[in-house]
Amino acid sequence: MIDLNSKVSKSVASVPPSAIRKFFDLASEMKGVISLSIGEPDFVTPWSIREAGINSLVDGYTHYSPNAGYTNAKKAIVNYINRRYGIEYEHNGECLITVGGSEGLDLAARALINPGDEVIIVEPCFVAYKATVLFAHGVPVTISTRQEDDFKLKAEDLEAAITDKTKYMIMGYPGNPTGAVMTMEDLAPIRDVLMKHPEIIVISDELYCELNYVSDELSSLARFPELKDRVVMINGFSKSYAMTGFRIGYVLGPKELIAPMTKIHQYCIMSAPSMSQFAVVEAAMNCDDQVKAMRDEYNHRRRVIIKGLNDAGLECFTPSGAFYAFPSIKNTGLTSEEFCERFLMEKKVAIVPGSAFGECGKDNVRISYAASMENIKTAMERLAEFTADLKKGK
Amino acid sequence: MIDDIELLKIIEKDPRITPADIAVQLGAAAEEVEAEIDRLKEEKILLGYTAEINWSKSYPEKVTALIEVRITPQRDRGFDNIAKILSKYDRVTDCYLMSGAFDLLLIYNDDSLKNIAEFVYNKVATSEGVLSTATHFILKKYKSNGIFFEDETTDDRQAIVL
Repeated sequence: MIDLNSKVSKSVASVPPSAIRKFFDLASEMKGVISLSIGEPDFVTPWSIREAGINSLVDGYTHYSPNAGYTNAKKAIVNYINRRYGIEYEHNGECLITVGGSEGLDLAARALINPGDEVIIVEPCFVAYKATVLFAHGVPVTISTRQEDDFKLKAEDLEAAITDKTKYMIMGYPGNPTGAVMTMEDLAPIRDVLMKHPEIIVISDELYCELNYVSDELSSLARFPELKDRVVMINGFSKSYAMTGFRIGYVLGPKELIAPMTKIHQYCIMSAPSMSQFAVVEAAMNCDDQVKAMRDEYNHRRRVIIKGLNDAGLECFTPSGAFYAFPSIKNTGLTSEEFCERFLMEKKVAIVPGSAFGECGKDNVRISYAASMENIKTAMERLAEFTADLKKGK
Repeated sequence: MIDDIELLKIIEKDPRITPADIAVQLGAAAEEVEAEIDRLKEEKILLGYTAEINWSKSYPEKVTALIEVRITPQRDRGFDNIAKILSKYDRVTDCYLMSGAFDLLLIYNDDSLKNIAEFVYNKVATSEGVLSTATHFILKKYKSNGIFFEDETTDDRQAIVL
């Protein structure tokens, strides 16, 4: 009988299934579980955005869009980026609308990597960074950021990771799973390193850009004019606008890089959902107030989470962005997997072990505050009970 | 320094929230929040706390009417005097000065259409300066003060790896 497993490509087989999966499977079988494990907004998409999608269906826009996206959607996106970041992109040629931010990661990997090329990945990070590089036969070179540095990328670490095989680096701030933010000041030394290595491309994942609780100013390596021509910004509406199910994202960058990404997109995806592109026009142009209201609410929850973690005796750097806290559980003596599994089994709260996001996350856990205030409060009470039990040696 | 608007929005959303919980959400001290709430009350900015109740479930006899009132403004006192008088009735829960085809809008609650009709023709229509009235009855409430009356908001998101 044929061994179908042996037929799976080595690059795919080499990537383990996401470690987060295990906890979802466990949690989904239990009753009364509070989940602070999901990496998506709990808010329903603002009504005017949903209505714009509905109206596009009513008006009969049920066809493919142009490969790179509808012109009005691309214009809305580049105008939004100009308004929020002060960066100018041409809607034609420098903007590609994708199926979520994740497609952008995949496109970047496939468009840029030759087998054996090295890709620098700043960890702990979104689980797809490494996987997309491996699927494209690249070699991931990871940089571990540290809690004592607030999980910011340090110039010396970047410098040390660069070799003559480095094709690109990928980083995501505000960060999943850490909630870390890098300001323009923090990014300046990174720019300096990159200026010494003019061959390296930057993939900047900025999906959480609007979820920044300390500054209204959006930071990006693309804001440095001397770097802009080799930065590809991956962005989208999923997180900031609570539009995960619309499956819509975009990539912005120099024409020479957007063109090969568009080529792959054209053959493999054709075009992003038309209905969602109409929704995006409304989101990008008219929804600043709704984004602010959601950001304010996340900020309130963030403070409740931080207090809860302190009350439970867990050391946590104060996250400035996204909707995650990433406390250290080192002082409990458990590994992050053990901590999460026992917390789930004993107190019925699902969170995610930091090891899922890279080796350097092994002493931390990711707690999402994209959940109701009531659930967050109950979960924090249970966390305090749990750490007290651990101290008593239960 | 507490942002008043942020504080008031939190209270508006959950009037039962304690100053200690507000303090955590705002990253302030509980005493600071209490002092701020006292000040907002003193300055008549924070006027009171109300509950949103679906009366149709527990007290179906209750009827709510919106009464439009056209009036002749009085010299020097405009619409204020008559608005204050009509507001004094306990069953008038809301009284607004409006733009458009009429002047005052009253929201009035009682146990029957008959009682409301009596209020309109005995009390409102006969008040000095009232030119005419038009009464509308609420048939069903779908949303009030930002709260949906029938939709259940449950978090039924299914597992996704990300």
